[in-house]
Amino acid sequence: MNTSVVNTARMLWAALRMLLVLTLVTGVIYPLVVTGIGQAAFHDQANGSMVKADGKEVGSRLIGQSWSIKGTDKPDPKWFQGRPSNSGYDPLATGSSQLGASDPTLVKHVQAAKKQVAEFNRVSESEVPVDAVTGSASAIDPDISPQYADIQVKRVAEANGLTAARVERLVKDHTQGRTLGFLDQPRVNVLELNIALKEAAKN
Amino acid sequence: MSSVLADVLLVAALIGALALVHRPLGDYMAAVYSSTKHLRVEKWIYRSVGANPDAEMRWPAYLRGVLAFSAVGVIFLYVLQRVQDKLPLSLGFKPITPDQAFNTAVSFVSNTNWQSYSGETAMSHIAQTAGLAVQNFVSAAVGIAVAVALVRGFARSRTGDLGNFWTDLVRGTVRILLPLSVIAAVLLISAGAIQNFGDLHTITTLTGDKQAISPGAVASQEAIKDVGTNGGGFFNANSAHPFENPGGFTNLLEIFLLLVIPFSLPRTFGKMVGNVRQGYAIVAAMGIIWFLAVVAVTWIEYAHPGTASQIAGGSMEGKEQRFGEGPSSLFAVSTTMTSTGSVNSFHDSYQGLSGGVLLLGMMLGEIAPGGVGSGLYGMLIMAIIAVFLAGLMVGRTPEYLGKKIGTREIKLAACYILITPALVLIGTAVAMALPDGKEAMTNIDAHGFSEVLYAYTSASNNNGSAFAGFGANTPFFNTTLGLCMTLGRFLPMVFVLALAGSLAEQKPIPATAGTLRTEKPLFTGLLVGAIMIITGLTFFPALALGPLAEGLAA
Repeated sequence: MNTSVVNTARMLWAALRMLLVLTLVTGVIYPLVVTGIGQAAFHDQANGSMVKADGKEVGSRLIGQSWSIKGTDKPDPKWFQGRPSNSGYDPLATGSSQLGASDPTLVKHVQAAKKQVAEFNRVSESEVPVDAVTGSASAIDPDISPQYADIQVKRVAEANGLTAARVERLVKDHTQGRTLGFLDQPRVNVLELNIALKEAAKN
Repeated sequence: MSSVLADVLLVAALIGALALVHRPLGDYMAAVYSSTKHLRVEKWIYRSVGANPDAEMRWPAYLRGVLAFSAVGVIFLYVLQRVQDKLPLSLGFKPITPDQAFNTAVSFVSNTNWQSYSGETAMSHIAQTAGLAVQNFVSAAVGIAVAVALVRGFARSRTGDLGNFWTDLVRGTVRILLPLSVIAAVLLISAGAIQNFGDLHTITTLTGDKQAISPGAVASQEAIKDVGTNGGGFFNANSAHPFENPGGFTNLLEIFLLLVIPFSLPRTFGKMVGNVRQGYAIVAAMGIIWFLAVVAVTWIEYAHPGTASQIAGGSMEGKEQRFGEGPSSLFAVSTTMTSTGSVNSFHDSYQGLSGGVLLLGMMLGEIAPGGVGSGLYGMLIMAIIAVFLAGLMVGRTPEYLGKKIGTREIKLAACYILITPALVLIGTAVAMALPDGKEAMTNIDAHGFSEVLYAYTSASNNNGSAFAGFGANTPFFNTTLGLCMTLGRFLPMVFVLALAGSLAEQKPIPATAGTLRTEKPLFTGLLVGAIMIITGLTFFPALALGPLAEGLAA
């Protein structure tokens, strides 16, 4: 056989063995070691930061949920609502609208969302903050801005038979500022707020 | 505190951390690639492969190693995706189709990580950890190896030897990428990134609905995805997914990780050529371009001139609440400028002109600071072009680091810089001429064109991010973009290694009073200017048709 063919075959054989060995190191040992450390030291985080209500898992603190009336896409007045989602908060279809900043379809979406949020919460359109009318990147954004939580207080209080002051207190308790003063935007975790709300409405 | 002040502190913290780390890391990497000792695990690897780690290679041999290893990687990854349903931990996913498996295989082997699939509904545990994540490591190590070979070309004289590819590959993986990734992965888990091999976990929400929570070895893959400037997300939403990037701390950490090796390698280069100031001139050029782009995109995003953004009151479409406009812009610039391509917000929904800056960042050839390894060798090629231009102005034979830049060297450098523009412009033109281009667009008008231009720019420059409205999963795009990624990665490497070989053979010429001082700020300015002029002239017409037209209309 031609020597260059033999050489090429030998080179490819060495390359394949190298790949297999490195697969063992970086594709098997590495993820297993990291999983071991993670499961031992940060069990809760490594498994999705699940949160409970009444002793039952009701979701992940990090994954946003839909707060619509069951079986519909109508927002339920008794819950705080999250940001618009491109997938109805389905974690298996993450992603966003991908529409450009001047796109006519996006203009229509934003206008419709603004009108809907304003009417739903009985506030003027000028009070509706930007996160309430724009789709998140992940479609499962767990947070809203404190402003968006504020404009929902009155509606949520009424629907749950609570005083506005009580609900306002809950929002305040669940508002997170910037970590170290410059990391994260100020935000409210919708699931945790709604769990606290359910607790308050029960009493 | 206001958003703007917080963003300034964020950028300052990032730059501070990079400044602090580049020196020990750069020196460490120089020591790794200069050492004559082998670790025990490395000796075991060489023995089981049957490679002699101390045998020197000339450039053709080094190149054959790169190509053979990458070819085997493509085939292995292709087969793994095609049979994933027959392996354990398949999560019930079907085999990936042939064209998409080809596209994904070359995408990960070429350090591009363009993804026409959605991780959460397509790839099994094994395909992710033993296939894709492995290439995240080794494709990055290949990039650094080629850069180190070029640096040796400058550092060595009267020899054709460039080192040993297998040794460089193994050392980059074992001594640099693995330790960094382990530390990063543990930090990511501590902040909320998941790391498990479980099954889909369905819970009942307070409203009585069901929600399926994804499992996965996410943190371990996220770490190397950033450290190795790969960018392929575990999930479709990439680093916007809260399980990949749960908050402000991880966001800063991930930006730091994707910049840390590219910004430290110039120190390694300086150390290896015996003058760290040469490295600082290079890193200054990288830093200036990166910083200007950060300022530009952040400013445009806050100004939000787009019609829809004006009505909404901000540029938050496709961005997460926990990040906001500023940190999203910082991530977007850093990911497009490093050939990473992971995203924490969707570039398709950025303001028209911001999208243009992100595109330009890739079109510059991924050199500010560029991907791991590829950024350094791309920038050194531009430095050769810059000394050549300076030489033309004064009528002297150009030289760089004591090596003559003769006809052969400048031809190789010129070939290098022609490859990606040719791939981008021809690819875009063909796609636009055929019905495929139009059918893939989510957006209309100039922005629709930008989606196609972005796709070919991203693939050819091995970035991997997208204007993700672009419907890339068709046989036409899987194939043509796959070819762009392959040629955009490996053709330049051929020229870089040939150049390295030719430089290593030269004898050094002593510096004289007439030598251009390439460690001075003047040279950094010349370098930045040369990059802007060459890229600007090449891509200006295409940019004018897409993002400029859109941005000026708003």
